[in-house]
Amino acid sequence: MLVHSRKGKWATWAVFFVLFLPLFALPLLVVLAASFATNWSSAFPSGFTTGHYTAATRGESLQALTTSLVTAVTASLLALLVGTWAALAAHALGKRGRRVLDALFMLPVAVPSVVVGLAVLVAFSKPPMLLNGTRWIVILAHTVLVTAFAHQSVSAAIVRLDPAYAQAAASLGARPSYVLWRVRLPLLLPSLTAAAGLCFALSMGELSATMMLYPPDWTPLPVQIYAATDRGALFTGSALAVVLMTATVVVLFVVSRIRTKATYR
Amino acid sequence: MGRPSEPPVTNGPAAVAVPTLPQALDSARAGGTPIALRNDCPQRDQPDQRDQRDQADQRDQADQRDQRDQRPGPYQAYLWALPPVVVLSLVFLYPLALVVQQSFQPDSGGTSAQAYGDVFASAAFREALGTTVWLASGSTVGCLVLGFVLALVIAFVPFPGGKAVAKFIDVFLSFPSFLITLALLFIYGTVGMANGLWTDATGAAEGPFQFLTTPWGVLLAEVTYFTPFVMRPLLAAFSQIDTAQLEVASSLGARPARIVRQVILPEALPALAAGGSLVLVLCLNEFGIVLFTGAKGVTTLPMLVYSKAILESDYRGACVVAVVNVLISVGLYVLYRVVSRRVGA
Repeated sequence: MLVHSRKGKWATWAVFFVLFLPLFALPLLVVLAASFATNWSSAFPSGFTTGHYTAATRGESLQALTTSLVTAVTASLLALLVGTWAALAAHALGKRGRRVLDALFMLPVAVPSVVVGLAVLVAFSKPPMLLNGTRWIVILAHTVLVTAFAHQSVSAAIVRLDPAYAQAAASLGARPSYVLWRVRLPLLLPSLTAAAGLCFALSMGELSATMMLYPPDWTPLPVQIYAATDRGALFTGSALAVVLMTATVVVLFVVSRIRTKATYR
Repeated sequence: MGRPSEPPVTNGPAAVAVPTLPQALDSARAGGTPIALRNDCPQRDQPDQRDQRDQADQRDQADQRDQRDQRPGPYQAYLWALPPVVVLSLVFLYPLALVVQQSFQPDSGGTSAQAYGDVFASAAFREALGTTVWLASGSTVGCLVLGFVLALVIAFVPFPGGKAVAKFIDVFLSFPSFLITLALLFIYGTVGMANGLWTDATGAAEGPFQFLTTPWGVLLAEVTYFTPFVMRPLLAAFSQIDTAQLEVASSLGARPARIVRQVILPEALPALAAGGSLVLVLCLNEFGIVLFTGAKGVTTLPMLVYSKAILESDYRGACVVAVVNVLISVGLYVLYRVVSRRVGA
């Protein structure tokens, strides 16, 4: 459309792929290739092996994967509960109240996650709320970090919701709780699952706050990847990274299946 | 920002437009207001157009009707808003306040800003501040230029597989940032791909690519990771441009460069402004990329917070740096929200 001559088009596409492939496609391919290699000292990796995966799916690494999954699922569910509640409550408020509540709940996005980690560490290291050294401090920090995203996606969906359904239900005598449970939440379900997927992906990859907080018996996968690369085990780190990406993508895919089912309803 | 290409609202449950994960991510990071505002308008504006009665009066009525739809009284609405706010205050606002309080509390007791003086006077802090600012602004400029060029090609010089590329970018957004640095270690590391190619070809002992542990390595990683955050809103903005406009300009003799400058760029400015300021904030707060680079020479503010708190156990210093970092980031974030609301992106 913008470029009409055939030559010009090919030239533009060439420029595009020269920029795109090395920058975006190559990194992922390289990590994938490295996870199967024993050696990489020239242009291409050498020594095909699946040993890194055998190591990555047992012992400490397997524990790190389950730790990450448990943390991400718990944090997403908690974030979804708080975020949805806040979004529904904000919608019922006036314009000003809604704006204040939205701003409050979006604040964690602007605050660096390292600082969120530090703040949680400072606040929960002493009685009466002594969580430092337990897994709950990690889960708590993840929840704080992803609640903003849950709140934002759900509140964007609530405004798009047609109020006629809730009105019709209420005019037929349904109590507010019934309207919420049987009408509004089912209508919001697609956005809720989308928000859950988003929170899950963010929590799976969260490193900054986790580095500040994790206790020795609760090391999520990103920390494990960092530990591996830091001691020079780059290939093991790559295998762990591939495991992390695969787990994220699989869960996102499953979540998106729930969503499509819900939209048919 | 969000999705200007949103289809018109129809009735039926299917009408609740379902954002895909990256769209939700995008709209969430961007504030996600525009979609909401646009669909809200007709309901509120209709009473104004209907007849000549006092507009304010009508608005009141509409508001009352709105409230009746949702919940009974305003007090009850505030009561319902209380639990999430209490939870947020307990786990986020109160800890944040504690950080500020600690930064003002010297060991000798009382309140003083002495810790600030110490930190501001230290060379490490000033260097970290400088590095953070120039890395973030450099990455933002890089993301804007690269994202604009790539989105331009995808939108206006379409090629088979363009959709797949857009999908790929969506998936890219859901991966953690440190993967990029990990990959760069294999590509440009001392014994990586690029250096391997060079030594194989020339027989030299070591390759020319040694920038990975310098700020340039962090810059490259940040540009790579954050460019998709600029491309998504840009692609949405481009899909709004009427292609007839481009055809007209072109048939009147404008060359592609001029069309881009005079037709496309003005349309894309809001999306560029919003995407750019978001990336600026995210770059200022980036930690994973810097940590994985593992370079002693590259210290940013988040990195300084981490090393002071965890490695040196200097919590007061960490709190001071954290307060500075929060002020910069939140200030920019507020600016970003104002900009993206003002330009209606």
